Formats: sequence, C-alpha cells, structure tokens
Amino acid sequence: MSEVIVVTSGKGGVGKTTTTANVGTGLAAMGKKVILIDTDIGLRNLDVVMGLENRIVYNLVDVVEGNCRIKQAIIRDKRYPTLFLLPSAQTRDKSAVNPSQMVKMIEHLKDQFDYIILDCPAGIEQGFQNAIAGADRALVVTTPEVSAIRDADRIIGLLEANEIHKMDLVINRIRYDMIRRGDMMSSEDVVDILSLPLIGMVPDDESVVIATNQGEPLVGSNTLAGRAYQNICHRILGREVPFLDLEKGISFWAKVSGIFHKN
Amino acid sequence: MFKNILKRKSSREIAKDRLKILLISDRVNCSPEMMEMIKNDIAKVISKYMKIDAKSMEIQITKTGNRGRGLKNPTLYANIPILDLNHDIP
Repeated sequence: MSEVIVVTSGKGGVGKTTTTANVGTGLAAMGKKVILIDTDIGLRNLDVVMGLENRIVYNLVDVVEGNCRIKQAIIRDKRYPTLFLLPSAQTRDKSAVNPSQMVKMIEHLKDQFDYIILDCPAGIEQGFQNAIAGADRALVVTTPEVSAIRDADRIIGLLEANEIHKMDLVINRIRYDMIRRGDMMSSEDVVDILSLPLIGMVPDDESVVIATNQGEPLVGSNTLAGRAYQNICHRILGREVPFLDLEKGISFWAKVSGIFHKN
Repeated sequence: MFKNILKRKSSREIAKDRLKILLISDRVNCSPEMMEMIKNDIAKVISKYMKIDAKSMEIQITKTGNRGRGLKNPTLYANIPILDLNHDIP
C-alpha cells in the first residue's frame, strides 16, 4: 500500500525541502521504496539539497507534457538504491502543471513506490494546489515564530477544506536555550495553538546547514537534527518513539525557569 | 518594584497571546477589535449574574469545531473563570 505525503508550510524558508529530503532518505534507509517529487516549478531546490543536481535530464513538466516517459525523468539517489527523485522544472512557471495532471501522475507512481513525498512550494496558489492534489496525508512544517505559525494555521484550514484530514506537525528550528529563557514558544505552545498531533521536533542545528552545503541529508547521523528526522520516519511508519531525551531534559529546565518568568 | 519585574511578560508569552488573537480573526475573517467587543459584551452580560474574572477570560471561534472531528460549523468557545457564583447584584 503506498502513501502519498505532502510536506507543506505556507511560509517559505521554514524547512519544507530539508524535511522532505531527510524524511525521504530516512524512509529509504529503512528499506522503503520512496520517490521525492519537487513540485516547486520555477524554483527547484530539492535536487541541490539531495546533491543530485548534476544528474537531471528531464523534469516534472516534461513528464506532464509528455516530452519523456516518467522513467526517464526519475533520478536514482547516489546513496540509497530505493530512493528516487523527480525534479521540478527551473525555467517554467507554476501554471505549467495543473492538479488533475498531478493526480494522474501520482496514481501511475502509486504501484511502484511505498512512499510518494511531495515537496510543496511556499504560498497557497496553484503550486500548493498541485502539491496537495493527490496527497493522502500532510506534514505541516512550522517554526516557533508568529508568522510561520499563522501561515501554518491557514494551510491547515486549506488542507481540511481539501479533505486531507491526516495532518501531522513538524516544529523546526527549535532553540532550547531561547525556550529556557522564555524567548521562544515551546513545542507545547505551538501544538496548543495549532491543535495538530506532533510528529517531530527538530532543533536548530548547525549540522543542517553543513549537510545542505554538502548535498547530503543528515537523517540518521549522530547529530540532534539527524536523530530528530530519524524519529519522524519511525513515527510515519507507525512506530511509537519517545521524543529526544535532550528535548525532554531541557523542557524540564524550561519548566523550572518558566516559574521565574511567569507572573 | 520587585513585583513589576516579575510581572513583565516574556516574549514567548507575548508571541502566544498575539497569535491567539490573530488566529481567531484569521479563522473567521473577523477583526481583533470586533472579537474584543464581543468578549467585553459577553463579560458584561455574565457579570450581571455572577462574579467573573474578566481579565483571564478567553473567547475563540473555530472554523470546524474541534479539528479532525469533521464538524463544519464554526463554534464560539468562551472560557470564563467564575470567581463567585452567588454574586449579589449591586
């Protein structure tokens, strides 16, 4: 049974592409057959985060327009044999593809892959509509900031309106030192506001920048962010994994220092 | 003076409070000012009958009732802490 997951956020720059790359890589490392689809037409990014930018011949728009067979456009990952990427087009715009074409293409891919992961563009225009058209479930990525949470709330409403009810929340760029000082909303605060089930908390970790520089997803590596992404993958597979120890340890201290900040 | 230092809100709390108000109006296309007016009016009416803590009262409109339960009609929730049920009308 294949599952189609859209990674979305509304606001740009909160970590959709990084989440897509790491969740996809993590699931492939766990033996699943995974295809990542970059739906951000005109601003393609997933290929560089994956380090596969030199292998692109055809892209999503070529597939939809029938310029090539879908097999010709799909790139195999250099690390995992069960991980694939369908890159987006860089020189076209959002209107080159419509939602019904996406649904048709995804239906075609469903019997070949366990997981189809769609990296959604920022915004709520056609690119968003394309990305969510064929999705069964959504990962809503946000950061503990007012603007990102507001946009996430909008996105949640739009997903509900489009009958995508299976939604999980990924909170990215968490800075525990700031939470401790009372200068950043905690994951509990964000969950409280958005009322979605939490599937992952990713710390703001330098290793994410380093990994992106190198074009190597960091899932599974011995970094905090790497472990956080690994845990998200387990939870997607339905396994119950406790949230990271350090997060727990620090959130205890956040509570203690919170006493001094309150009232 | 010491009390003032303790009473200062952390930026986390400011963010939370701003978001709560913002999302209420985002969800119903209703301005924060109007929500504030509704809140004050509700407080006024309830205060006729009992003593309430108007400062910590919260109101909220959700688009689908409780998320994920498939309710379609918007619902107005009011969380009004009661200080004294047997409040005599002055």
